[in-house]
Amino acid sequence: MRIPCPFCGERDSSEFTYLGEALRRPDPAQPGAAAQFFEFVYLRKDPTGPHEELWYHERGCSSWLCVTRDTRTHEILAARVVREELASS
Amino acid sequence: MRYSIFSLLRQAARRQRGWTPAWRDADPKDAYEAIIVGGGGHGLATAYYLAKVHGMRRIAVLEKGGIGLGNAGRNTTIIRSNYLLPGNIPFYELSLKLWEGLEQELNYNAMVSQRGVLNLCHSDAQRDAFARRGNAMRLHGVDAELLDAAAVRRMLPTLDFDNARFPIRGGLLQRRGGTARHDAVVWAYARGASAHGVDVVQHCEVTGFLREGDRVVGVETTRGAIRGQKVGLAVAGSTSSLTRLAGLRVPLETHVLQAFVSEALKPLIPGVVTFGAGHFYISQSDKGSLVFGGDLDGYNSQAQRGNLPTVEDVCESGVALMPMLGRVRLLRSWGGLMDMTMDGSPIIDHTSIPGLYLNAGWCYGGFKATPASGWCFAQLIAKDEPHEVARAYRLDRFATGHLIDEKGQGAQPNLH
Repeated sequence: MRIPCPFCGERDSSEFTYLGEALRRPDPAQPGAAAQFFEFVYLRKDPTGPHEELWYHERGCSSWLCVTRDTRTHEILAARVVREELASS
Repeated sequence: MRYSIFSLLRQAARRQRGWTPAWRDADPKDAYEAIIVGGGGHGLATAYYLAKVHGMRRIAVLEKGGIGLGNAGRNTTIIRSNYLLPGNIPFYELSLKLWEGLEQELNYNAMVSQRGVLNLCHSDAQRDAFARRGNAMRLHGVDAELLDAAAVRRMLPTLDFDNARFPIRGGLLQRRGGTARHDAVVWAYARGASAHGVDVVQHCEVTGFLREGDRVVGVETTRGAIRGQKVGLAVAGSTSSLTRLAGLRVPLETHVLQAFVSEALKPLIPGVVTFGAGHFYISQSDKGSLVFGGDLDGYNSQAQRGNLPTVEDVCESGVALMPMLGRVRLLRSWGGLMDMTMDGSPIIDHTSIPGLYLNAGWCYGGFKATPASGWCFAQLIAKDEPHEVARAYRLDRFATGHLIDEKGQGAQPNLH
């Protein structure tokens, strides 16, 4: 499996560390934050097909990438650098 | 047909022409009392105990392919109950006790072999942790023995004891642990269930749920709608796909785990051995093949096949433990889909939908749990009440904070 890093080009997946589904961290100051954090920490879409997920280019440019990958074929459909609020999760 | 030395002799005299199929390949009926989705070990065991222990009639097991071709046919066949946490030990010990009587109970040779499971430790801290786990097991009435390096060396002289990074300091041995023949377990439960009138239906994929108000009252399948008063899911890697059809999100991710088997060798490894410095476990089958595995590939997958970096990683761990493995030729490798929960422990519980029951989240420990999983899930479905030893396996424990995190890794399925 090779991941096209926007900075480094197409690199072997062993250079990356996997975090999981790309989710936005809830705002702890908002009402209902406890329930939102439960969903954020524990519940997953776990699709059979395209999955948006976070990969960290640990042995490369140290960027967090949001990669769209088909979980049935391991085919990488897209990879982009994540926005800050996602990266902080 | 009951299997015995006499049936064997009788068939030998008839040139083996009188054997009948072990179980009945049924066509689905219109309605059942209980429908179990998933024809693996867990689903078939559930159906068997529902019929045998709870006296339920009109049960169907629906399998999208052939029985036993999912994780039941893709594991490393290890049975054990060497857990640390009070939510886990009694459950897995019930399972091991059921394994001990399984072949007599089902009149089927499942090749249950209590050849021992040895976890190796490589540092003082790890030995302390093993002593603690061994004590926890013994307090629950489970056998555990802490071995020093000399005792391990007598048992397994081929290991790399004086490895510079990971010297072997000893190990925690559960003598009652061991291996079983995975396919035979599936066939035995299918045969037992079939003999009690359960319909084992193959090539019948569930594509949706029949609803009446809130309630689930059956399933849509590729072979038509089937009504059922109670529907139980025991589908491992397909759990998320099916719960999505019911509108539920579950606390698990599906990951791929690879396993490997080598060419056949002369007797080398007496039991099951696990490497404590990496994630690697190995045993030797009765044919002589070394059966081993390691970590998950680490990312969500529905592919039933893995990638090469993990193959390399597993083989590195193996050679670090046992340098002679470097000369062994690999015969086959395969991948199975693990329903990894967020704390590494399973779920046997009601769902928020009346009539729908969930048995999932076995991570990569599902095989050893097969008998107890079926036993407890059957009780839940029959009596609407969890079995005493499975009370902790609640679906809502993630919301309430009652996690059962054996490894203390947090909500990271690829680390469990």
